[in-house]
Amino acid sequence: MSTTVAKDVNELFNPEVRSEIDRWIAKYPPEWKQSAVMAALRIVQDDNGGWLTTELMNDVAAYLDMPAIAVYEVATFYSMYELKPVGKHKICVCTNVSCMISKADNIVEHLEKRLGISFGEVTEDGRYSLKEVECLGACGGAPMMQIGQQYYENLTPEIVDAILEGLE
Amino acid sequence: MANEVCLRTLDLERPWLLEQYQSRGGYEMLKKVLTEKTPPDQIIEEVKKSGLRGRGGAGFPTGLKWSFITRNAPGQKYVVCNSDEGEPGTFKDRDILRYNPHQLIEGMVLAGYAIGATRGYNYIRGEFWEPYERFEQALEEAREAGYLGENLLGSGFDFELHAHLGAGAYICGEETALLESIEGKKGQPRYKPPFPAHFGLYGCPTIINNTESLASIPMILEKGGEWFSDIGVKNSGGSKLFSISGNINNPGVFEIPMGTPFSQLLEMAGGMKDGRQIKAVIPGGSSAPVIPGDQMMELTMDYDAIAGAGSMLGSGAVVVLDDTNCMVKVLDRMSYFYHEESCGQCTPCREGTGWLYRVVHRIETGQGRQEDLDLLDDVAGKISGKTICALGDAAAMPVQGMLRHFRDEFQYHIDHKRCMVGAG
Amino acid sequence: MTDSTVTIEVDGRELQAKPGTMLIEVTDAAGITVPRFCYHKKLSISANCRMCLVEVEKVPKPLPACATPVTDGMKVFTRSPRALAAQKGTMEFLLINHPLDCPICDQGGECELQDVAMGYGSDVSRYAEGKRVVADKNIGPLIATDMTRCIHCTRCVRFGQEIAGIREMGATGRGEHMTIGTYIERSIDSELSGNIIDLCPVGALTSKPFRFSARAWELTQVEGIAPHDSVGSNINLHLRGNKVMRVHPRDNESLNESWISDRDRYSYEGLYADDRLTAPMIKKDGEWQETSWEMALEMAAAGLREIEADQIGALVSPSSTLEELYLAQKLMRGLGSNHIDSRLRQGDFRQDDAGSGISWLGMKVADLETLNSVLVVGGNLRKEQPILGHRLRKAALAGAGVNFLNPCSIELNYSAKQKVVGPAEIVDALAAVAKASGAKGEGATAELIQSASADDDAKAVAEALKKGGKAAVILGAMAQSHPDYALLVGLASAAAEATGAILSIVPVASNSVGAQLAGAVPTLEAGGKAAANSGLDMMKLLKMPRKGYLLMGVEPGLDFWDGALSVNALQSADTVVALTAYRSPQLESCADILLPMGVFAETAGTYVNGEGGWQSSRGVVKPQGQARPGWKILRVLGNLLDVEGFEYIDADQVKEELRALCNDDLPPNQGGNLSGKPARQLIGEGLLRGGDTPLYSIDPLVRRAAALQQTLDAGNPAVRLHPAEAEKLGLNGSDLALVKQNGYQANLPLQLDESLPEGCAWISTGLAETASLGQPFGEVTVEKA
Ligand SMILES: Cc1cc2nc3c(=O)[nH]c(=O)nc-3n(C[C@H](O)[C@H](O)[C@H](O)COP(=O)(O)O)c2cc1C
Ligand code: SF4
Ligand code: FES
Repeated sequence: MSTTVAKDVNELFNPEVRSEIDRWIAKYPPEWKQSAVMAALRIVQDDNGGWLTTELMNDVAAYLDMPAIAVYEVATFYSMYELKPVGKHKICVCTNVSCMISKADNIVEHLEKRLGISFGEVTEDGRYSLKEVECLGACGGAPMMQIGQQYYENLTPEIVDAILEGLE
Repeated sequence: MANEVCLRTLDLERPWLLEQYQSRGGYEMLKKVLTEKTPPDQIIEEVKKSGLRGRGGAGFPTGLKWSFITRNAPGQKYVVCNSDEGEPGTFKDRDILRYNPHQLIEGMVLAGYAIGATRGYNYIRGEFWEPYERFEQALEEAREAGYLGENLLGSGFDFELHAHLGAGAYICGEETALLESIEGKKGQPRYKPPFPAHFGLYGCPTIINNTESLASIPMILEKGGEWFSDIGVKNSGGSKLFSISGNINNPGVFEIPMGTPFSQLLEMAGGMKDGRQIKAVIPGGSSAPVIPGDQMMELTMDYDAIAGAGSMLGSGAVVVLDDTNCMVKVLDRMSYFYHEESCGQCTPCREGTGWLYRVVHRIETGQGRQEDLDLLDDVAGKISGKTICALGDAAAMPVQGMLRHFRDEFQYHIDHKRCMVGAG
Repeated sequence: MTDSTVTIEVDGRELQAKPGTMLIEVTDAAGITVPRFCYHKKLSISANCRMCLVEVEKVPKPLPACATPVTDGMKVFTRSPRALAAQKGTMEFLLINHPLDCPICDQGGECELQDVAMGYGSDVSRYAEGKRVVADKNIGPLIATDMTRCIHCTRCVRFGQEIAGIREMGATGRGEHMTIGTYIERSIDSELSGNIIDLCPVGALTSKPFRFSARAWELTQVEGIAPHDSVGSNINLHLRGNKVMRVHPRDNESLNESWISDRDRYSYEGLYADDRLTAPMIKKDGEWQETSWEMALEMAAAGLREIEADQIGALVSPSSTLEELYLAQKLMRGLGSNHIDSRLRQGDFRQDDAGSGISWLGMKVADLETLNSVLVVGGNLRKEQPILGHRLRKAALAGAGVNFLNPCSIELNYSAKQKVVGPAEIVDALAAVAKASGAKGEGATAELIQSASADDDAKAVAEALKKGGKAAVILGAMAQSHPDYALLVGLASAAAEATGAILSIVPVASNSVGAQLAGAVPTLEAGGKAAANSGLDMMKLLKMPRKGYLLMGVEPGLDFWDGALSVNALQSADTVVALTAYRSPQLESCADILLPMGVFAETAGTYVNGEGGWQSSRGVVKPQGQARPGWKILRVLGNLLDVEGFEYIDADQVKEELRALCNDDLPPNQGGNLSGKPARQLIGEGLLRGGDTPLYSIDPLVRRAAALQQTLDAGNPAVRLHPAEAEKLGLNGSDLALVKQNGYQANLPLQLDESLPEGCAWISTGLAETASLGQPFGEVTVEKA
């Protein structure tokens, strides 16, 4: 008998987030709600400015009827979940082999200089964060990076400048 | 003989639209199978005849894999497509998703029909947002047109298909890790046996195939297994998508017959950039052992030829390195990758990949010791063949390959605490 | 080879096995050692440590013995050069990130990693890189962590998921960064949590109370029987000198398998409580003073001798040994009194007159998991007797339908149906099930069934019991402490009979069954046969106070159904002689003579568990101070009081005397036939109290186990109300409430609990804070303090 009154599952998240998670739950067999955990984490992460708090993970656990630790396991396993705040624009630069030999170093150096941050950091104004990522499956356009959902390929420092200037 | 199977609609303006796919005979095969009620065994037979080998990397014969499913066993069965595309250097499935999603859908429905599965999932890597949206849109169109859902074209056959998005983990390309991931867990591979054909998604019989493998099915059925097989060479049926990248002028995806000389592929890709010398080629994604450039120029692109050179065709991801590259640095980066991407469950991979990386990194940064070269070989040997999944092997092979062909560069790093490349 | 066996060859030896058995099971059975870390016979196979790699003929790669099913003709080499190379490779990998801090590690000397490393590791590490260090999190009072030592075998994680049934530990992060733990700082709350200490092959998870107190090689291991529940879990006690340092499970497939409850693991701490009674004491002019054994016994005998037999009553703990129980009743009956009872947490004894016989589990402990359909009435097996809870969970996971009928909702670790009704309505709800089963009942139960209305819930339960195959109706501790327990037994019995289910009455203490066999109940004589003359039951002994009492192993207020009544009645007596291991204010206020007795491991003795199994253990440490084993104290008392037949040499002799009086098998549980009107003793008018006895409040020993008392399962001394009820009573916003019951009262913290039915105030018993109140189920008022 717990004395803390559990949160009402139907009150968790805002209605848009809830209905988006529900759309994913519907893709899987009814007894496998848990299959929607990856989508749910992504959805609440996006809704929370790009990162996950322990409380959000607990809410996802409650919503999907999972043990909280199982959600932590998922959230800490996959590299696209962020457990610390990130910039409004999360810049992910691939440095894996094809990009590396296509001079990804130059792109990284340029970004670091321009933004004044290194991998794993956020600019003071919270606009940008920089992240080193593994091969994103776009080696034909190396060097490349991803910002938000968008891929940018065949980069040069000039192209990078133009891209950053075009961001909101 | 290029672009005849998966990329056959690439010349169309918006080939991802249903109407455009249909303009090239898309979904005709499905209609035919459903109306004629083609015996499923006949489909599997045709796929076997085609010589299609799994395009995800391991090259396992697709028809044979399908025949492991006990079709008449009661209960749910699944078709799962592997669009995780994580092997460094590989970027072909992305093009199928972006430019020919309907052919993949048609292939998956046919696969479901052949093995008696009524549900499917396509596991798309989380970073592929744009391809994912394309695919979702195609699913929508297909559902509307009655190619997905219940009682397809009045045949009594049901098939529902959904996309599942990953979230950044190379290991989820491994088929059982992928299943775990769909089940809402960490992507940790399962010990096999049991194989997915017996115990797969949600514990049900499941076939898992690569995007390219499944997208090839409609053409194989339309033109016949023999037609497909004849495109390629012995033991390597059909054409294949090669993702070629690196120090070349025109990187990209090329669908060409198996057995095409590498030199020809390199030419299609515009040749070496800046007229430099070819130094080495990784012929099948970053886990494939490196092959020296001159040797590669003599090889053809098929399973046997590449295996004969001590490497593997893998996913058909060809990374071309010119003579400005330091092989120690290249291995340093690749070892870092496997160390980062080890799922962590089994001991040799969890502990060994970090050890490999740290020793290579030490050599790269001028801290190497003479005994390190033997140590690397030994540690790689202790990982390979001892792990739950093939990631352990994938981490060991590049190390072994590099030491085999470029040991002198590593030795130079140890002796001179700097790089041989550019040192004159 | 026959259909059901295959022949394989391991290291040149031919072995037979069932096809599909994992190789490691076959080698284990044959005594061939294959090193392993992740494999455990009671857990799912994860094959992640790669320590058990062996060579199999015609297979190019070494295979993990734990995950390789045997096939006919398989030829295996566990120590060939290739097998050894693979095992050594794994060992080397495991050690590169393992701190080699064995000298300061609590696991030192009993570490599976250390043991295997001796055989396989090379002594010089070739790993020149920095070792991984993992920050520790506090996971509660029972388990100490040192996760830098973890080798990621995931046994603890799998235990949580598969056995404990709550996922508390997990593996977060990936690759080399993968960390086993709780991720956030939180306590591990499973009632079986301590088992992960035994499962952990290294020193990552160790016992917190035991920490740094002894080295493994200083300890001697002796066998024992766990003293807190009706399972009688088999244990090993680890001793240093005369002290119990810790308790581990001893495998017994038919009882506790490989596990023990945290209660059985950590209660030994209570042996060393500050308030142990170490010398005989007498009360003189209201002052307690130490005295000699001769003096104390002489005074006890004199005090009792002066009182006529009918005016003496004995109230004895059902956790006493069988020998103590038997001698206590022999003494009483020798004096001419049948007034002895051990059913201290029961309040309704009407079925005594109805010929109800011996109550027991009604089946084997292991049979619980083979049930297909179960109705538990007034019980929370998981938090009453954790191993029984685990067995029932296994049944549920195997597909059994489990239904609960309770006055409160309980937290379960499997899916089951729970019906929660008010404390009084539980009788009606059970009558409804009986009616839906088509039961007629006898006497009072017949009338209850007749007037019940079988609603859909009741019909579903009855249906499930009927068609379920092997079914049982189980009465738990809350049912047994219900004021209408006699009606509940009658109804449960009727329902069981009509559905073909087994009637099971979970014995509440370690020797509840033994106490009945020993004759330590007023209606039964030694041997468990109906007594020619019944004595007074526990409640009558308190309601019609005697002049003299003999107490054994009990604490007034805490161990009785009606705490306040027990203190009042005992205080009013002329002579109260108490055999006890502890001093406590309430006991001292009641007693005149305190005789220090040994408990648990200090005394040789027998326990008869819920299934009727007799298990004996030796006294393995000396009782503290001048304390003596209870049976010896009783022997002297018997001699001093000139009772015949008290010339025993050892405890064994006592047991054998009783054994000769007992039948081998226990008869099925009986409902009894209550004639007359269905006199409902608990009528749901105003606010009714409901109350359980928390897991760690069940007896004096566990109440003094310090670490257990810091857990979530330690009792919650509060009054709990549904928020709507609190509002009705005008208690919104109050933190404290004044509870009144039968003229007694207590100030208690107020807590809101939506899971309770309205009209019910939940107040646990067995706690110091609530000891001044009365029975667990009855009318109360709750008002602003
Ligand atoms: C570490 C690892 C990563 C893999 N990544 C992929 C991948 O990204 N895409 C893929 O199709 N197969 C991948 N595979 C291969 C799959 O396990 C599997 O063999 C394949 O999906 C089967 O499909 P196919 O027979 O059509 O090739 C990977 C295997 C391993 C061991
Ligand atoms: S080889 Fe690596 S990735 Fe594969 S199961 Fe083992 S730890 Fe995980
Ligand atoms: S015991 Fe077999 S892999 Fe761990």
